[in-house]
Amino acid sequence: MAADVQATTLGLDHRKLAMWTFLGSEFLFFGAFVSAYLLYITTTAGGPGVEIFDIPFTSISSFVLLMSSLTMVLAHNSHARGDLRRMRLWILATAGQGAVFLGGQVYEFTTFYNEGLNLTQSPFASSFFVLTGFHGLHVFVGILMLLSLYALSLTGKVKANQDVKTEMIGLYWHFVDIIWVVIFTVVYLIPEIAVG
Amino acid sequence: MSASDTQDAQTDASHGHHPTPREYVNIAIMLAILTALEVSTYFVDFGSIAIPLLVILMVIKFVMVVSFFMHLKFDSKLFGRMLYGGLFLALLLYAATLVILFFERAPVV
Repeated sequence: MAADVQATTLGLDHRKLAMWTFLGSEFLFFGAFVSAYLLYITTTAGGPGVEIFDIPFTSISSFVLLMSSLTMVLAHNSHARGDLRRMRLWILATAGQGAVFLGGQVYEFTTFYNEGLNLTQSPFASSFFVLTGFHGLHVFVGILMLLSLYALSLTGKVKANQDVKTEMIGLYWHFVDIIWVVIFTVVYLIPEIAVG
Repeated sequence: MSASDTQDAQTDASHGHHPTPREYVNIAIMLAILTALEVSTYFVDFGSIAIPLLVILMVIKFVMVVSFFMHLKFDSKLFGRMLYGGLFLALLLYAATLVILFFERAPVV
């Protein structure tokens, strides 16, 4: 069967190795955007700069995303123990928290737009929206994968002894979380404190 | 049992000890406390240690999620090399950006 997993000389599951390699490459993707943001952080073209950030609001969003990593790892733990019912419950909780985070980002972007910060307003604005927007896109893709896993487990396509599938989606989800850990500090908190 | 199922079982067998759900919750509580400490730097004046403190907290949170939630602490070292290799290259990119900033400021629009 073409979809079956073949043994490798490394003795590792090649799907997991591929996922880790992909995640390593994603650091370069986000590294480029973070670097561009830091390069253009002061080039605001007379428009709003980092003082526009609402740190208390973003802190709550960050907390929600961080806690979604807990529900994700609990989903994998449940699947590893063969408890698909509980796994599905945690998967839904994770997707829900991801949706709350995305909702917060949409609200934040809308508020910024109303206050004069839009994608083409300045190099600062462009680099900010592209960086955080691409992160939001990753969260969205993660939610789609979680909901697909939920549906596939309901229809019996994902079985109790196939927890690597949950683990791989979990790896992606945790990666999205750690990227936000970096973004929250480097993009939001440090510039706000530096500005005073 | 398909080859895929067998492979999943083999992969599980190669894992070390994974944390229990209670241990995962404890890790999440520690992450929440660290996040609260991060956010407190916005409300409380930590002076010159604020930025180094934020960087240290960020690194601790990063390593905790990668080690425990992503199981890197218990999994093959090759996975870690793949992840941290990418991170190292990203940091090189960031360093190159800092060099550009130092020698030639970005044009002020």
